[in-house]
Amino acid sequence: MNQRAWYVRPLQYVALVGYLFFLGFPLLWLVSASFKSSRELYSVTVTLLPVEWTFTNFADALARQNLIGSAGNSFMVAITTMVLTVLISMPAAYALARFRGKMRAVGTGWILLSQVFPTILLILPLFLILRTLQLNDTLFGLILVYVTFTMPFSLWMLQGYVSAIPRDLEEAGSMDGATRLTVLRVIVFPLLLPGIIATAMFTFVAAWNEFFLALVLIQSPELSTLPLTLRNFIGVAGVVDLGPLAAGSVLATIPSLVVFAILQKKLTGGLLAGAVKG
Amino acid sequence: MTAVATRPVTRRGVSSRAQRREAIALVVPAMAPIIVFSVIPLMAGVYLGFTDATLRRNDVADFIGLDNFIRLMGDRFFWESFRIGLVWAVACSVLTLLCAMGLALLLNTDLRLKSLTRVLALIPWAMPPVVVAIMWRMIYSPTAGPLNAALEWVGVAPVNWLGDFSTALPAVIVVAVWSGMPQTTVLLLAGMQQVPAEQLEAAAVDGASAARRFWHVTLPALRPVVLASTALDFIWSFNSFGLVYVMTEGGPGGRTMLPMLFTYLEAFKNRNIGYASAMGDVLVIAVLLVLSIYLIQQFRKGKAEG
Repeated sequence: MNQRAWYVRPLQYVALVGYLFFLGFPLLWLVSASFKSSRELYSVTVTLLPVEWTFTNFADALARQNLIGSAGNSFMVAITTMVLTVLISMPAAYALARFRGKMRAVGTGWILLSQVFPTILLILPLFLILRTLQLNDTLFGLILVYVTFTMPFSLWMLQGYVSAIPRDLEEAGSMDGATRLTVLRVIVFPLLLPGIIATAMFTFVAAWNEFFLALVLIQSPELSTLPLTLRNFIGVAGVVDLGPLAAGSVLATIPSLVVFAILQKKLTGGLLAGAVKG
Repeated sequence: MTAVATRPVTRRGVSSRAQRREAIALVVPAMAPIIVFSVIPLMAGVYLGFTDATLRRNDVADFIGLDNFIRLMGDRFFWESFRIGLVWAVACSVLTLLCAMGLALLLNTDLRLKSLTRVLALIPWAMPPVVVAIMWRMIYSPTAGPLNAALEWVGVAPVNWLGDFSTALPAVIVVAVWSGMPQTTVLLLAGMQQVPAEQLEAAAVDGASAARRFWHVTLPALRPVVLASTALDFIWSFNSFGLVYVMTEGGPGGRTMLPMLFTYLEAFKNRNIGYASAMGDVLVIAVLLVLSIYLIQQFRKGKAEG
């Protein structure tokens, strides 16, 4: 190997610390703000860490603005979306991965094309349809729309995981006289389970974090999801109650963060499974 | 794909009909909702652009041909928003790629602090966009924000980052790069780990510098990943809404009025669904056009080099 100049290593560390700062500082600031008293938040002298730590922001955030109620709405919507999306897309993903031909080309083509269309072009007719069915401004309507929007990605990921399971395993099973259904249940499903869990969690996070569709479809304050409620913390004139807003933001991030921590190893696998094996 | 190619043709022929029936049984439960909730609305959305539909109740939408599009041609505000959208999407995807490439290269070495960086890099990905926007509003705050405090410390006058005509768009682009970088980094890193080590070693033995090894070995191997991630970043940025809506609502003076925000306001504030859908139609065509030019050009380049 050729020798590296002496300055390469220090420069690399400088760059890495720069990245750490860029990525980490805003997070640190948000968390720190959530523990600051309002006097400190609006004071002219800005400090990185709270001078005196306080939990009142969290209490305030939970007490006001229906944060718990909207967290409940978000959770219900995200869980239902997750279950429905995975249930519906599993059979199709299996078919897409295993049966090659025209249908597969059309299926994958649609998955990719649907990513290009701006959300607005889908939401306008969906809004009209849901209004006709009197499902606008209901959580059930929101769930239906979320299922629509998360399905392409879920299909993409799942079919990648199915493709990764050797076909020989299934064939061996059916040669031993097992029916197709038994093969699916006993051989395919257990192997697919980690992929299903990863896909489900991605769907959960997508629904939990979503803002635009909820903004369009939900008007009643008591049906607000968490992102809508947080956004409403910011007053009309841009006047913000910073402390509770920071605390609410921290709380709203925790579920997604937990999911991502669990998924950490799977993140690349899932995205690439779809891309490479497709 | 290889599995299909190596399979004996005869076996496929025998079971083909049964397989097809099974495939249909599997796909119908998935296709029905996709058709009802995705294909039909999308077609309807495209069609709405050719009507005078509004949000009024009991409104009957009439087919008006190309009227919306003709009106759109002369709509100065739409094209200004379109221009901002292009600048935003190109800047976001290119800057995200460059930053993510740098980070991925660093993470692909034997430095310390790597695991900490990995964890920190994943958090922006998990965060709800609304929270990202709220957080950066605090950073950019003209009165109590750390950015201006730092400027004051070095003796520079405070800047109203999100409120000033010249800084608003760059400021929101920085936020988009911050939140888009993790995903691209993870993809690039995975790609880098698949670059054959022997090739890199061979190049090193031949005396190629690190920069040359990156340029002639790593980068060509990464081409598919780079293509896919920039194309996706471009689409996602062009169609993004929440981040900028919560940070600036399109202001100041329309300087961050992305096409999605503009179309949203036309549809739900002015209640002109038909006209808004026509905008959506134009946006889809524009995105497809830009993407195909980019992909064809990159494909040709790849062929010429490969």
